[in-house]
Amino acid sequence: MNVLICIAKVPDTTTKITFTENNTQFNTDRVQWVINPLDEFALTRAIEIKEALGGTITVMNVGLADTEPLIRKAFAIGADEGIRINAEPTDCFFVASQIAHYAKEGNYDYIFAGRETTDYEGAQVGGIVAEFMGIPFIAGVPKFDYDGTTATMEREIEGGKEVITVNPPFLASIQEGVTEPRIPSMRGIMSARTKPLTVVEPVEAGSFVGVNSYELPPAKGDCKYVDAENSEELINLLHNEAKVI
Amino acid sequence: MAVLVYADNSGGSVPNSALEAVYYASKVAAEKGTETIAVVIGALDNAILESLGNYGADKVLHYSDDKLSDFDSQSYTRVVSDAINSTGANVIIFSHNYASKSIGPRLSAKLQAGMAVAVMGLPKIDGDSLTIRRTVYAGKAFADVTISSAIKIIAVTPNAFSPEVTDKKAAVEPASVDLTDSDFGMKITDTNKVTDKVSLTEATVVISGGRGLKDASNWDMLEEMADMLGAATACSKPVADMGWRPHSEHVGQTGITVRPNLYFAIGISGAIQHLAGVNGSKIIVAINTDSEAPIFKAADYGIIGDAFEVVPRLNTAIKNLNG
Ligand SMILES: Cc1cc2nc3c(=O)[nH]c(=O)nc-3n(C[C@H](O)[C@H](O)[C@H](O)COP(=O)(O)OP(=O)(O)OC[C@H]3O[C@@H](n4cnc5c(N)ncnc54)[C@H](O)[C@@H]3O)c2cc1C
Ligand SMILES: Nc1ncnc2c1ncn2[C@@H]1O[C@H](COP(=O)(O)O)[C@@H](O)[C@H]1O
Repeated sequence: MNVLICIAKVPDTTTKITFTENNTQFNTDRVQWVINPLDEFALTRAIEIKEALGGTITVMNVGLADTEPLIRKAFAIGADEGIRINAEPTDCFFVASQIAHYAKEGNYDYIFAGRETTDYEGAQVGGIVAEFMGIPFIAGVPKFDYDGTTATMEREIEGGKEVITVNPPFLASIQEGVTEPRIPSMRGIMSARTKPLTVVEPVEAGSFVGVNSYELPPAKGDCKYVDAENSEELINLLHNEAKVI
Repeated sequence: MAVLVYADNSGGSVPNSALEAVYYASKVAAEKGTETIAVVIGALDNAILESLGNYGADKVLHYSDDKLSDFDSQSYTRVVSDAINSTGANVIIFSHNYASKSIGPRLSAKLQAGMAVAVMGLPKIDGDSLTIRRTVYAGKAFADVTISSAIKIIAVTPNAFSPEVTDKKAAVEPASVDLTDSDFGMKITDTNKVTDKVSLTEATVVISGGRGLKDASNWDMLEEMADMLGAATACSKPVADMGWRPHSEHVGQTGITVRPNLYFAIGISGAIQHLAGVNGSKIIVAINTDSEAPIFKAADYGIIGDAFEVVPRLNTAIKNLNG
């Protein structure tokens, strides 16, 4: 079983978001970078399945050399191999074009992406890769099983969920629920240094969406407190003052 | 060149979020001086299809092939790209939901089209490029982005636009596309639709509970409040992790992003990852025993108190209000 996990680099979820260069750049000062949490869930689920069925798990990232510590982190968690496509990830289309190009060579049974990144939240890379490869794409999967021939998964549609079965190859974008992340073991951390990390060069690809500038939302006004003894007053305020009920 | 909008068919009705998308599309079309064409897939009453005109659609292309009864990103993408080809549309609008996340990226690859999601404002169109405002960093900031491809895909945030309704009727045209086996990649073995509940992303009021509620059974009083207000229920991540509530109700940075008019955070501390998914809400109400809980910094209204005493009193007050 060959599995590919696409991993993105994002700021830690507790990062205070600010901008520089006249609000045109994200302020990376003192930011701690992590693997996109949903990608880490995807990786962990793939490792659990590998423990039952055997196989090789490859992680792929489009990024410059500064993403290598995150690929090593994925090794420590349990990935076997890594591929870094040496390019600045400009937009979803560009990133997905790179991944699709190299994924086609890999003969993977299935590919996981995260449903979206926690920073730019494109929610597109997985679907674009799937279309370029001409394979099924299931968006937003909170439950995933694979028996070596067929995958059974849940997906959340508007107002409900569906259980679906798909045969490889396919791409699923993973969301919360598939499993809990693992803390790397000492053995994992030791072996991470020696696992193979291949660096490849990007192919020609378009990039169609660019950020001109950022803006922070206006600061929230003060909280208006209602006495617990007088809780009913809150309903009155929501009805007559805020007019939301 | 026309503006095309994908209008979701949610088991025989068109959800509000899709009506907002149709309305948004008609605004973009007006700016471009062109027509608004809606694409609808699956069985739906003609009266409902015509009523999309109320929200600004000039024409509705209705694909009702039986083979399309199951949502498959491949076959649905075939349909929407067929509609794009037959109408020559160069701007495609979705509501930012399951369908947009499944079809949008595939169209992007097929048509070399840039896509902007979580869109909050109408576009500025300047020749071939289009600039638009969206949220990024889980709602912690806005970004103005430019799409420079010839075909552009836009997914608008639910609850961000309120349609003005007219009595215009749309012209409905049946449409079809030849689907082959290669357009289908998956089999749906079980569907579990919660039809009597308000969908979380569309809800205008959300009642959310955290670890402070101590046990799954204590959601009864939240459900009661939700029923009276026509609201959806939600929860924090640990609540879903402990299995008190389903993961589909978990909001936040790694869960669902909601932006209702009113968000009740009950027994929720207000961790940064939680706020990320809810701070687009118009009004936030916090109920917490701890006056230092960070949720009060994000809240518009707060009650420092025990949820088990406060919520029943609120429920009584709502009952009185509803008469
Ligand atoms: C990578 C990552 C991603 C994450 N993503 C998310 C996410 O998407 N969504 C999310 O929610 N969290 C997320 N978290 C977790 C987040 O950091 C917090 O741990 C979580 O939000 C806390 O949930 P809580 O407020 O329910 O629980 P707690 O923090 O335990 O808060 C419980 C609150 O209830 C109050 N309380 C207790 N008793 C009562 C009572 N009787 N009446 C009223 N109030 C009472 C307490 O004062 C307290 O403030 C994430 C964390 C990480 C590291
Ligand atoms: N630079 C990248 N390198 C590898 N995978 C990525 C990259 N960016 C995004 N992805 C993958 O695509 C998913 C969705 O990202 P996005 O479409 O940008 O929201 C992520 O969760 C990753 O799995």
